[in-house]
Amino acid sequence: MAGSEDSRNESRGSPELTPDGRRVAVRVQGIVQGVGFRPTVYQLAERHRLGGWVRNQPDGVRIEVAGAAADVKAFLGDLWDKAPPLARIVSVEVTELPFEPRPTFDILESHGSQNRSTLVSPDVATCRDCIRELFDPTDRGFGYPFINCTNCGPRYTIIRDIPYDREKTTMARFAMCPECLREYRDPRDRRFHAQPNACWSCGPNIWLEDPQGNRLSAGRRALADAVERLKEGQILAVKGLGGFHLAVEATGEERVRRLRRRKIREEKPFAVMFRDLEAVTRYCRVSPEESALLEAPERPIVLLRKRGKTSGEGTTPIAEAVAPRNRFLGAFLPYTPLHHLLFFESPYEALVMTSGNRSDEPIVTENDEARSHLREIADAFLLHDRDIHIRCDDSVVRLFGGAPRPLRRARGYVPVPIFLEAAGPSVLAVGGELKNTICITRGAEAFVSQHIGDLRNLETLRAFERNVDHLQRILEIRPERVAHDLHPDYLSTQWAERQDRFPVIAVQHHHAHIASVLAERKISGPVLGLALDGAGYGPDGTIWGGELLWVDAERFRRLGRFRHLRLPGGDRAVLEPWRTAVSALYLLAGGDVGKAYPDILNTFPARERSVVLAMLERRLNCPLTSSCGRVFDAVSAILGVRHRVTYEGQAAVELEQAAQADSGRYVGAVYRRDDLWILDPLPMIRLLVEDLRRGVAPGILSMRFHNGLALLLAESLEKAREATGLDRVALSGGVFQNLTLSELLEADLVGRGFEVFTHREVPPNDACISLGQAYVARARLFRGR
Amino acid sequence: MREETIQLDHGSGGRAMHALVERVFARAFANDFLQELNDSAILPPASGRLAMTTDSYVVDPIVFPGGDIGSLAVHGTVNDLAVSGARPLYLTAGFVLEEGLPMAVLDRIVSSMAEAAREASVLIVAGDTKVVPRGKADKIFINTAGIGVVRDDVRLGGGNARPGDVVLINGTIGDHGMAVLCRREGIAMESEILSDSASLNHLIEAMLGAFPGIHVLRDPTRGGVATTLNEIACQSGVGIRLHEEALPVREDVAGVCELLGLDPLYVANEGKVLAVVPAESADVVLEAMRRSPRGRDACRIGEVVAEEPGRVFLRTRIGGHRLLDMLRGEQLPRIC
Ligand SMILES: [Fe+3]
Ligand SMILES: [Mg+2]
Ligand SMILES: [Zn+2]
Ligand SMILES: [Zn+2]
Repeated sequence: MAGSEDSRNESRGSPELTPDGRRVAVRVQGIVQGVGFRPTVYQLAERHRLGGWVRNQPDGVRIEVAGAAADVKAFLGDLWDKAPPLARIVSVEVTELPFEPRPTFDILESHGSQNRSTLVSPDVATCRDCIRELFDPTDRGFGYPFINCTNCGPRYTIIRDIPYDREKTTMARFAMCPECLREYRDPRDRRFHAQPNACWSCGPNIWLEDPQGNRLSAGRRALADAVERLKEGQILAVKGLGGFHLAVEATGEERVRRLRRRKIREEKPFAVMFRDLEAVTRYCRVSPEESALLEAPERPIVLLRKRGKTSGEGTTPIAEAVAPRNRFLGAFLPYTPLHHLLFFESPYEALVMTSGNRSDEPIVTENDEARSHLREIADAFLLHDRDIHIRCDDSVVRLFGGAPRPLRRARGYVPVPIFLEAAGPSVLAVGGELKNTICITRGAEAFVSQHIGDLRNLETLRAFERNVDHLQRILEIRPERVAHDLHPDYLSTQWAERQDRFPVIAVQHHHAHIASVLAERKISGPVLGLALDGAGYGPDGTIWGGELLWVDAERFRRLGRFRHLRLPGGDRAVLEPWRTAVSALYLLAGGDVGKAYPDILNTFPARERSVVLAMLERRLNCPLTSSCGRVFDAVSAILGVRHRVTYEGQAAVELEQAAQADSGRYVGAVYRRDDLWILDPLPMIRLLVEDLRRGVAPGILSMRFHNGLALLLAESLEKAREATGLDRVALSGGVFQNLTLSELLEADLVGRGFEVFTHREVPPNDACISLGQAYVARARLFRGR
Repeated sequence: MREETIQLDHGSGGRAMHALVERVFARAFANDFLQELNDSAILPPASGRLAMTTDSYVVDPIVFPGGDIGSLAVHGTVNDLAVSGARPLYLTAGFVLEEGLPMAVLDRIVSSMAEAAREASVLIVAGDTKVVPRGKADKIFINTAGIGVVRDDVRLGGGNARPGDVVLINGTIGDHGMAVLCRREGIAMESEILSDSASLNHLIEAMLGAFPGIHVLRDPTRGGVATTLNEIACQSGVGIRLHEEALPVREDVAGVCELLGLDPLYVANEGKVLAVVPAESADVVLEAMRRSPRGRDACRIGEVVAEEPGRVFLRTRIGGHRLLDMLRGEQLPRIC
């Protein structure tokens, strides 16, 4: 994770070099505090026989070194090349000073000052050295669930304020014992200035409670008891790094179902934590890129292809209830000492580790909250007394054509900024409504918050407000503008309109989607943007979601859209995809849907369907939408894959999962109307119904739909290229979580000579909206100057 | 036989109009003040603070299960007075009639207005009629204005809700809006949903009689319970928490709302009152409500809290809290 080459800036000022003596002042910026940077500098200075000092300052790490010119030069090179693994150097500024010898090299106390441009480190998975200690019975850290060092451990989730010092973290209440203090003070120790350093005798403790709040055991005993209970199939609430998990042994079908019942989570897949990489490979197919991702310090949940039930000798397959009707499994590896200990000498090697919450609520972070919110779910609570200051969910990543694409960006990644092409004014962007994130920019950095969630949940809305304050505090930013979505009812919009500190800028949803790609891929427009998602408010008052746009940082123009469908019952149709299916068939049949498609209509509930037909007839609460996501819903329902969903996107997910290899495709239509290209998927649906009536398997139908849709999209882009001369395409929107469609479309576009830009750093779903809003607002502000 | 209909002449100020007023309005609304047929009704002095309000009624369809535009025009204005703590005394009625409106329909509406006024113990003391050409109005529009007297000991106001108060309602939610919508759109349910349209002044009198210190009274009409409570939460600078399992919603209303994708909490009511009452007086007020015919199903649906000022939220059956925000307009899709 070294910085970019172009920001190297090795010499400034007027050099006054004596033939063999050189003294320089250095300022290093980036993620350089709390990552073992100063001891590394200390050791490098020693190695190169240099005197001087190093000091943390709010604006970065300051160094002064003096010694032989050749040694100073070598030292400066090593700063980049031998930086500790967690450091992320953004810039190194070197100023020449008149030579003066310095007898010693010292690590000086931190200096406070006003300008806080230092970056806070994300939380980092336990490193190999710490794991070794954890399992070494002769080590004083043996079995201690909170060991960490300068290369690993909690950061973002425990930091209350900067600079990053123990007193500003939730570790403040634990006074270090002499032994820990010795490690902390020794520049040669890998715990030198490891702020959360702790041990059994001085640090946080762990204990097990029953749901009535009785303490059952503590310390090592509690861990052994927890393992025993998990072995027996109990559900444990486990306090982790960024929040609670609910853990249950992952191979027992009934055990997992019990968790689903108690959590009221019907079918949405659970993530599984495996003992180690080897265990993962027994259950899932893992490519080298995927195993690298699994073992990365960020330790995301990686969506992996499940192996068949018969593969892997002597292993019990993961319960089907973990991820029903899904060929993929969200797998991840232990990332705290506590997790490692849950697998220590355990008979199981896979645990469902799902977010500790009641359905739809944010993940629980406090002991008392867990005791009250999870009482009906967990059989026991594994608690500890190191507070979680800011909630951070597990991140989720999937590989798309060999490149990782985040689906949820949180723990391990936040608060690493997205580095923008150029510096600009500071703005706060408040994001969408579901899968909400916020974004604050500072200079050329865009800080996108961790996944916050559905703002219509009150607890989540509170977390949103807390994050707005927290990010401003730790980044020391006073934004000049607040950017929000055009949707008048989004709670983020309402929040923005209600606050009176900053002027607001409204950014259209799909403009923001595409702009977020421009932002993270450092390209300035114009580009052709294809924004495919469920719904976003359009300036014409209809609901957009299948948009072909001309986009640059400040503006967008609609070039084309999906053909309008009516959504009988608005959001109700999103929960019941069969409604959108009826709507599509109604349009195909020119109204007389009962005569044209009785066989398909009959698969839908009789009484409701007659009301839905009446609603379509009367246009009663049937808003128009150009959404692409809803087309997936309609097809999924027509094929009988999914009539009603129990989690967001389920109909489309299961439609994709159902697909079987086939080269056939249903051809849609692209035509011109009202100065727009209309992407019409209805001819595809007509062909699909014909095949369905011929008895073709749903898996084949699904594949032909995906193939046809990719072609429809590529052809519409072809027309847009002819009209605009643009051949750069940016893709965004929740539909691009669909691996099959993404790979088909990207391959096709590349084959046609397009340059294709997709998400690498933020998810294509609405989690990217805040970044796009910030980017657009910043550009508009900048132009206004 | 040709149906007798409203003609442009009926609004001309000439003989036809006089005949209409005499035959339809004066007869139905008969009372001493109206009988004078002067430019203004001259009313005796009233003791106490006066409350005055006006509202226009343009509902489509004009006749719906449980009521019509006439009864609604009385109930709505009576209720606006009553929730201000006033005893309604007098109404005026202004009519805009579309040319071609069947006389029989007008008769029915006017007599149901008269009936509603009698029931609410108010007098319709002045009126006006205009006729507009076909297409310039939709059948019939009615404006009513009302005057009432406010008791000295009541101090109601949207800004008076305090943390710890409880929120009461006198019955089921969403009946009027869904009754009107089902009739208008021809949606047939197994049982017909009836509008709750009714005058609440007697009920409210009983409530204030039982406890004059009620903090807030509001009728959750357009925008429904959620919107009205949002107004109270903003005006009072408090949060309001509702309990999903405590919300009284008729099964058929809930069913048709789900079918149409609507939330009953945002659907209009015309015979409902929300009361925000100090906790210690809640039972007394509830008792009084339940003894009154319009309050038999009265219940407690939530409480006022100090946290989340300006917000209304629903504690769901599983224990989470869902925001009930104030919508800009229609319920628009927002799931991405
Ligand atoms: Fe979106
Ligand atoms: Mg009114
Ligand atoms: Zn470590
Ligand atoms: Zn210690």
